[in-house]
Amino acid sequence: MSDVKTVNRDFNTGIIGQFPGGVHPPERKQPASSRPIRRLPLPAELILPVRQHIGPSGKVLVEVGERVDKGQRLTEAGLSQGLPLHAPTSGVIAAIEERPTAHASGLPEHAIVIHPDGEERWGNKHALPDYHDIEISRLLELVQEAGIAGLGGAGFPTAQKLAQQKPLKHLIINGVECEPYIAADDRLMQEYADDIIAGTRILQYITRCNSVLFAIEDNKPEAIKAIAAAIDDDTQIQLKVVPTKYPSGGEKQLIELLTGHQVPSGKLPMDIGLLMQNVGTAYAVKRAIIHGEPLLERVVTLTGEALEQRGNVWALLGTPIQHLLDESGFNPEKKQRIIMGGPMMGFTLPSTEVPVIKTTNCILAPTDHELPAPGPELACIRCGACSDVCPATLQPQQLQWLAKAKDYDELEKHHLFDCIECGACAYVCPSEIPLVHYYRKAKAEVRNIAREKAKAEQARKRFEARQERLEREKQERLERHRKAAEERKKMQQEKASRPDSKTDSGDEKPAEKSAAVAAAIARAKAKKAAQAAKDNADEDSSAKGNES
Amino acid sequence: MSFKIAPSPHGHNQRNTSEMMRWVCYALVPGVLLQSYFFGPGVWFQITLAVATAVLAEMACTVARERPAFSALRDNTAIVTAILLAISIHSLAPWWVIVIGTLFAIVVVKHVYGGMGQNLFNPAMAGYVLLLISFPVQMTNWLPASTISEHSLTLWQTLHTILFEYTPAGYSVEQLRAGIDGVTMATPLDTIKTELTRGYTLTEIYQGPEFSYFAGAGWQWINLGFLVGGLLLIQQRIISWHIPLGFLAGLCLPAFIAHIFAPDLMPGPIVHALSGATMLGAFFIATDPVSAATSNRGRVIFALLIGFIVFVIRSWGGYPDAVAFAVLLANMCVPLIDRYTRPVVYGHGD
Repeated sequence: MSDVKTVNRDFNTGIIGQFPGGVHPPERKQPASSRPIRRLPLPAELILPVRQHIGPSGKVLVEVGERVDKGQRLTEAGLSQGLPLHAPTSGVIAAIEERPTAHASGLPEHAIVIHPDGEERWGNKHALPDYHDIEISRLLELVQEAGIAGLGGAGFPTAQKLAQQKPLKHLIINGVECEPYIAADDRLMQEYADDIIAGTRILQYITRCNSVLFAIEDNKPEAIKAIAAAIDDDTQIQLKVVPTKYPSGGEKQLIELLTGHQVPSGKLPMDIGLLMQNVGTAYAVKRAIIHGEPLLERVVTLTGEALEQRGNVWALLGTPIQHLLDESGFNPEKKQRIIMGGPMMGFTLPSTEVPVIKTTNCILAPTDHELPAPGPELACIRCGACSDVCPATLQPQQLQWLAKAKDYDELEKHHLFDCIECGACAYVCPSEIPLVHYYRKAKAEVRNIAREKAKAEQARKRFEARQERLEREKQERLERHRKAAEERKKMQQEKASRPDSKTDSGDEKPAEKSAAVAAAIARAKAKKAAQAAKDNADEDSSAKGNES
Repeated sequence: MSFKIAPSPHGHNQRNTSEMMRWVCYALVPGVLLQSYFFGPGVWFQITLAVATAVLAEMACTVARERPAFSALRDNTAIVTAILLAISIHSLAPWWVIVIGTLFAIVVVKHVYGGMGQNLFNPAMAGYVLLLISFPVQMTNWLPASTISEHSLTLWQTLHTILFEYTPAGYSVEQLRAGIDGVTMATPLDTIKTELTRGYTLTEIYQGPEFSYFAGAGWQWINLGFLVGGLLLIQQRIISWHIPLGFLAGLCLPAFIAHIFAPDLMPGPIVHALSGATMLGAFFIATDPVSAATSNRGRVIFALLIGFIVFVIRSWGGYPDAVAFAVLLANMCVPLIDRYTRPVVYGHGD
């Protein structure tokens, strides 16, 4: 503890702001934070969901049975937000099929399955040890082609985040890792500080930003030392040691902590001249540019008392969770929970056949003793403990009432969508109400309603267009009939006014002629009647359409 | 194998509602012990009767509402309501008074409004006001504190009086209240009120046997007992300081100002703070989260309002004490207070 304090004195270069609320759950970063990152034997198969990040997925470039090299591209970078996927190791494409993926729903998704051959045979690498004479747009392309997505949270494609046009006040590197148990970023900073700082400088070069704030929570003294040593006398990078409090690593909270400013609701940090990247992302950018290696693996914390060997591992993307558990001495108890992510925001996995993806920072297998399952939900007593800890200064108890009452208008007025789902409210709720669960449901419902509304609006427009078209066609038809009738009238008049009419001449021919005329009139009448019937039917059906 | 699915967060700080309510009960102990010292073992009979009534009423209501009978009891809130009501009435009140009050608090004020967490009004105080309005005689028969009383009742005499309204020897509660001179003694606040109307000054009134040291005999110690328990609740983070401090400020500041201008007519802040139900109200009653405002700013306003209403009613109203009325009036203002004290959400400032 005294160690932490000396570190604080040395590096605490003035935290400007603070954010309201927050909680101090037991940190439990040991032993993961003090054990070197291990490498595991290759798993029997790697499962690579084609869609691993926000945005549409790209076209698959390989076929079943094909041999692939390590780092070989497997999918085309899709449209706008798409990221390509690469083979994490050399091997054979065993299947391209639906597999359960790392999502709270456990729904299957399209995935490429590779059987590694153990050769670790690299394909071509385009290393760029000196990037300073390369154009920024080319560097952005390289980051995009390396398949790098934000490794800290939502997995947003990094190149797109970097490609923004506004000038930056600060580039913030987030090494806070405030969630309990997780020590992946902590270990990465301890072991790869120089690479992270090198990656930070590349990010600085791309964003043309000469002020970097590098934030680490004060419960990581070793990481702080390592990063401070790597920064050395670089005056453009300031190390900021932030006090330990959950969720200080949240993008909005960290910004408020470091700059004293809030990101206006509905805006992005770049709108106030800030950009945040996770330390893992900085590391991945360094590997991509300097070594020409795409994003193939990441550090994953394996922890929880149901595991004998807790610690961090380098996990290839696509490694089945079961493989990680097998390598860590997994002793499941009854009703075991397997959590992807930390205890505050992670989600339970329905199956361990799901793979590691780019945003998988932790696999937590807790015993019921260390993280007791919640008791039965009691009624809200409006004690307000939740609002005291809400980092967004929302009123969770009001939101909860409104969510239960399905009052979606009021929910939006109470700023439901500013909730970052950090879970602090539910953590302290004495009635053990799963508050975040209610907000997620309500958010999904509000989005559904908006979608339905948009759909209904479209349907209405389509219907109106159809009505207009039918009306127009009817008018045109009537116009045609009117003209035809006029034509006929005119012809008859012309006939009647002809002076040398032969109808009185008494021979057979005129009689024959008039019979033919009568027949023609009868035919025309029948046709007209049929047309009228059809018109009526048309009108009926459109009237029905109107009702429905 | 199959794994358990649960929503995040997957941990809890393990301070649940039942435990919080249990702490409230513990914190009441010093005050209740002092109250039973000054007003006899009747306090314990009243508490027992109230808790038994509350538990049965709670079970009956949950069954009638087709919920599991014991689940509602687990949160301990009915017990807290019962104890608060029991210590608000005088220790020799007839048994049916506390039973009616508790039934009203649990059945009507709590369950008719939708049960736990849904009640608009503080159940204990609503029960108290019902009793005060319906049975004014039985409710205001406070005995003088035992230290200055002519009579002290044994356990059996106390029980007999609560059950049959007379001691075994045939004394009524009214007779028990008489002092050595045969004059009926009242509570300190009551004495101040009546004596002031008879033209005495406070200096003269404080000479009476009902007063000693800083405020009313007995009552001052009971109030200090509840203050100690209340501070324990703050230290344990069961309640926050906002409501108790707001309450005391709302009561004592106007009292202080008034006392400066009319020292012989308006009692000072210390007398107010240590009389009647002040400390019980500030730390245990106004802090009921269900019927209080929700934000900290709102709570301060809510509590200031209660304190101020107590001051106004004590000074000029028809009742000697006013915590129950003040709390109910402030409960009515809660939706309004909540509306205007909504905190600014992240990203919506400036």
